[in-house]
Amino acid sequence: MIDNISSSLIDWSRAQFALTAIYHWLFVPLTLGLGFIQAIMESIYVKTGNEFWKKTAQFWMKLFGINFAIGIATGLILEFEFGTNWSNYSWFVGDIFGAPLAIEGILAFFMEATFIAIMFFGWQKVSKGFHLTATWLTIAGATISAFWILVANAWMQYPAGMHFNPDTVRNEMESFWAVALSPVALNKFFHAVFSGWIIGGMFVVGVASWFLLKKRETKFALESIKIASIFGLIACGLSVWTGDGSAYQVAQKQPMKLAAMEGLYEGGKGVGLVGVGLLNPNKEKYNDGQDPFLFKIELPKMLSFLAERDLDGYVPGITNLIEGGYQTRDGGVALSATEKIARGHAAVQALTNYREALKAKSDAVIAKDNAIKAADDEALQQANDAFQQANDTLQQAQTALDKDFQYFGYGYLKDPSDLIPPVGLTFYAFRIMIILGGFLLALFAVTTFFSFKNKFENKAWLQWICLISIFLSVIAGQTGWIVAEVGRQPWAIQDILPASAAISNLSASSVQLTFFIFLVLFTILLIAELKIMCNAIKKGPQIVEQ
Amino acid sequence: MKKDSIFKRIFRFYWEGFQNMTLGKTLWLIIFVKLFIMFAILKVFFFPDYLKKFGKQPEKQEYVSGELIRRAINP
Repeated sequence: MIDNISSSLIDWSRAQFALTAIYHWLFVPLTLGLGFIQAIMESIYVKTGNEFWKKTAQFWMKLFGINFAIGIATGLILEFEFGTNWSNYSWFVGDIFGAPLAIEGILAFFMEATFIAIMFFGWQKVSKGFHLTATWLTIAGATISAFWILVANAWMQYPAGMHFNPDTVRNEMESFWAVALSPVALNKFFHAVFSGWIIGGMFVVGVASWFLLKKRETKFALESIKIASIFGLIACGLSVWTGDGSAYQVAQKQPMKLAAMEGLYEGGKGVGLVGVGLLNPNKEKYNDGQDPFLFKIELPKMLSFLAERDLDGYVPGITNLIEGGYQTRDGGVALSATEKIARGHAAVQALTNYREALKAKSDAVIAKDNAIKAADDEALQQANDAFQQANDTLQQAQTALDKDFQYFGYGYLKDPSDLIPPVGLTFYAFRIMIILGGFLLALFAVTTFFSFKNKFENKAWLQWICLISIFLSVIAGQTGWIVAEVGRQPWAIQDILPASAAISNLSASSVQLTFFIFLVLFTILLIAELKIMCNAIKKGPQIVEQ
Repeated sequence: MKKDSIFKRIFRFYWEGFQNMTLGKTLWLIIFVKLFIMFAILKVFFFPDYLKKFGKQPEKQEYVSGELIRRAINP
């Protein structure tokens, strides 16, 4: 893509960040989901006064605590990486990222840290009501914390509410609410949180099923399954709703990602949604004439409906997005990638002119001071002219930059095909997420049915499926993030900064080294978590059952 | 009987809470080891602030703008 930054450095920087984010996301959803379920159980205890529910809530709270302890601070590593590996990006977005992350750190983190202590230490020391409030506030803190992180992520997908300042070379926030409440941020937040609830629900159903398979803690397991099944079923429904909202936002704001998700090269009106399909591995270029699929089963017109809310709506494919020329929603004509690249170059050139003019202006000020001191009228006139010229150039460059800044990132692309994300990974990750999401929805419906009909206990096959499905729910969540992040490549910030310009100029080998350090560290921590978690589960809630 | 001050009660709440931990002690040990590795080893030796070496804000602005311009491909 660019000559002076190796593709190896870009790939290792991406891989390092992906590894850390994937690892971090193993813990976050379970915290969000399991926390909510334990809070529901404690609420039942406070309402009924039944000690069974207290013990039940305490058991799940213990597992919540293990997950929280192992996962805590893993997100900080991402911030280390921003400062070291993504320094251009960090500088470029500093003011936008700073606000949500600061709120996350100060408000949400301290809220969590304060109330989690009451949650774990306060059972015998504070009133039931106060304890329950602390439990709910811990979960609220964790969820608010997730909100601000997802706001920051959403801004990268849909940069809004800012203005680029060429003096500071930073994007500065113009509207906090445009950043915090952008439709992409809201959909992303709810979709991510509900996916966390699904994982939490599946975790409880799966672990409780293990107890049933072992013929232990039967009442505890069955009651836990009832609550987690309904919770998971509701979460699945909400996930479908917010997933549709997220996909709609992708269609509006990141059409190339949508095209990659669908393996759609030639768009059109009334486009079908690929239910199942096998991509053609021989397709190497968007314009090589090869059929992108070996086979596919489509739902007719469904992609148009989901993307445009119109069965005959126009959905551009990869080729259309690169070649442009189709009619946009606002009635205009879509620019081709080549035109966008030209405007990106114009924006970068405007920044170059601006920075040079800034230096010229600074030199002119010094020359003016020297001329005044030397009482040299001719030199003063020359300095004044230079000052005026620099000012004019600054204004022209600012105007040019404002005009083309929305395409700034295109100035780093060499070829239109650089705009295409990895289609295979995005396409299959999306299918896996959807298929697993559908499976989990059906599974929660089945577990809800059998648990409320009191027929779950003797269904060993279902218990095995539930146990295995803990991992399937985690995979569904991870593949969702793969779609979101791989599908937006090459961009670090949509349209205005590609990863190639965002990364620090380090040696690829140093990034490679830290990648493997993390791999070892994360593997050890994960083994520790699984071991401690399994031991705590084996010990069980120790409820004396009648 | 005179009631202890709020600070004393909060301190005692945490103190007794930590004292009575069982599994929590192992988890805290893991947290401290993790934080030590992160801040005393990884942050110090592997993750320095890349732009710190450029000193004050204007130098950093100059560096980043230079990088952004240099990496763009001229038409």
